[in-house]
Amino acid sequence: MRVAGQTRPANEGHPMARNRLSIAALALAATIGAAQAQTPRVKFEYWYGLTGQLGEVMAEHCKRFNESQPKFEAVCVGQGGYDRAEQNTIAAFRARQHPTIVQIYDAGTVNFMLSQATYNAVQFAKDFKMKIDWNDYFPGIRSYYATSKGEMWSFPYNSSSAVMYWNRAEWAKIGRTTPPATWEQFERDMRALKAAGHSCAYAFDFDTWQSMEQLSAIHNQPVATLGNGYEGLGAELVINQGLFPRHVANLKTWQDEGLARVQTAQTGKTIVQAFADGTCASMLSSIANHGVVGDTGRPGLEWDVAMIPVYEGFSRHNSLVGGASLWVMANKSKEEYEAAAAFLDFVLTPAEVKWMPNVTGYIPITVPAFNQMRDEGFYAQPKFKGREVAMQSLTFTPPTKNTSGIRLGNFTSIRSEVRSELEAIMNGQKTVEVGLNDAVARSNHILRRFEQTFRGRTLP
Amino acid sequence: MTGKRVTFSNTWLAALLIAPQLVLVFTFFYWPAGEALYWSFTLEPPFGGENQWVGWQNFKTVFEDPLYWNSVRISVVFALSSTVLAMGIALVLAVFVDRRLPGYQAYRFMYFWPYAVAAPAVGLAFRFIFAPDAGFVSALNQWYPGIWNPARDGVDAVILITLANAWSMVAYNFIFFLAGLQSIPRTLTEAAAMDGSGVLRRMADIQFPLLAPTFFFLVVINLTDSFVNSFGIVDITTAGGPARATDLMVYKIYSDGFKGKDYSLAAAQSLVLMLLVVSLTFIQFRFVERRVHYT
Repeated sequence: MRVAGQTRPANEGHPMARNRLSIAALALAATIGAAQAQTPRVKFEYWYGLTGQLGEVMAEHCKRFNESQPKFEAVCVGQGGYDRAEQNTIAAFRARQHPTIVQIYDAGTVNFMLSQATYNAVQFAKDFKMKIDWNDYFPGIRSYYATSKGEMWSFPYNSSSAVMYWNRAEWAKIGRTTPPATWEQFERDMRALKAAGHSCAYAFDFDTWQSMEQLSAIHNQPVATLGNGYEGLGAELVINQGLFPRHVANLKTWQDEGLARVQTAQTGKTIVQAFADGTCASMLSSIANHGVVGDTGRPGLEWDVAMIPVYEGFSRHNSLVGGASLWVMANKSKEEYEAAAAFLDFVLTPAEVKWMPNVTGYIPITVPAFNQMRDEGFYAQPKFKGREVAMQSLTFTPPTKNTSGIRLGNFTSIRSEVRSELEAIMNGQKTVEVGLNDAVARSNHILRRFEQTFRGRTLP
Repeated sequence: MTGKRVTFSNTWLAALLIAPQLVLVFTFFYWPAGEALYWSFTLEPPFGGENQWVGWQNFKTVFEDPLYWNSVRISVVFALSSTVLAMGIALVLAVFVDRRLPGYQAYRFMYFWPYAVAAPAVGLAFRFIFAPDAGFVSALNQWYPGIWNPARDGVDAVILITLANAWSMVAYNFIFFLAGLQSIPRTLTEAAAMDGSGVLRRMADIQFPLLAPTFFFLVVINLTDSFVNSFGIVDITTAGGPARATDLMVYKIYSDGFKGKDYSLAAAQSLVLMLLVVSLTFIQFRFVERRVHYT
């Protein structure tokens, strides 16, 4: 997941670092003081990237661990955003001041796999006798963070997937009670909504996570060669072929016809804000925003979530997971590793996995926890109704080569290249063909530089 | 520039006194700059270890990229226009306060505040105020639909970041201009007034020429600051968009280095930026300063 002003968890990655750091420093000072008075606990450092309300949940998770047992103590420090957590960890590792565990977002996975700075998760679990059963994770979550051989190098943690949010009341005005299952139907619905006087049937932005990554996965289309990069650093982007150009051309047409509208922080409202206040009737966004829409939605907003539509003639496949995983870093002491293992075991207990969806929009990451939640009627509660759609979408088929995930070097820069070209296309500066060809050419250049930088290393 | 020189007989004491400053400059400037120089000729993996010597490859990559030149062009336009704007407004305000227009004490106090606002906060405020859908300026779009949209129109976006940057620099310039104006002996302007010259004539013939050193100092500071310090505003206001219209050199360095983790490419670009700023400053001192008379 990317940061700053994106559509996923609205308060992720905002620059509140200083605040958070000083709070963390205070907490650290307080805990040091307290620990000196009692028998010493084994401490280890854990850095997380999430900020805002989600950052508070991360801190709360540490607190729950520290209160659950007397032996170990997690010292948790918020880094003020996913990309800063990655930057700071890199800088700290170079200075040998790195934490034992760090939360790294999906797009940072490649850097960490190639870093030679981590303790691979399978080996770690074995060495420190963790109780983990790798098959508990949903296959779609496992595949995103696994090596090409299916081995886990990190521990999946906060996870989400993309769904379509739609305004029931607006759809009711055009006589429909079900969400569109295909893009063709969606287009007809948008025209009907416009005819009924709606000025924004669909809000979209330039975030590639929904339009490029998720859409390619559910249509089983490759984003890059070599199995989206899983099979090696020589992969090349192929988004100028197949379905994506068609979808971008559709977005452009819909925008020009006044069916769909670009909503970003720069236009005044993000897609989530535009949907929550009723300005726009639908959007694609992370399930993690389910709580945000619920909390910030205009009173009386009748809305629901559905799986992202599929183009006619394609069969639906599983969508991708978004979020972050926990990496264990190399070169720490045995005691710190024991404490870290206890922490990782703790966050994976069904009780804790179930706790997360209660306080955030994230999904339960393990099958047993999900089954328990379903049986206990979690998804029947009005507040959480619809959350199971993300699970259906994520587990729709077993992951294929095109739907396991995306493993491209410097993917953050590739996303921003594609974003810039999408902006140029939507603003009419470039045609769809020229824009996407440019995006591919520039991204491939980035990939070759990355390959050269990591010459002599291979992706596990 | 005169040939006067102050010399110390006790060299050791002098060295001791300037040592702390030298250590700071070395640690926070020469050392990182040296590291950047080394990285710009190698390919540096993010986590360190086996970096390879690649000669001029990083610079070639930078210079062969047409979008890099686009970024240079935007940076120059941005730096020049925000400098002109920030200094122009500050000068007018300073003259008003210097002439003790009604309420000048309050203005003098208030005009300095914007400088105390951090760049991201300035960016956030300007993003809200100038948002085409929801900001105060959206009223403009009600009268002339589509006339203002920094989210779609690159020119509007450049205007937006220029305004934001100028706004935060005005305060700083204001203080210097005001101090400059107030250090001009009153007798000069009073004498001119008695000879019958009006307000504008006195400004043109007496105050502005005597302000030349301040003026020169502020040009150097404003240009340098616009080149190297503007990424906070860009990051929050436009994030380099739309379609790279506000991708300033310093913002490109930030996104390539810190977001993309391509340290070598970012290092090469920062050296280019440093050379640009150094040469600009050199030109200013070499050719412009000659025309400045220090009193």
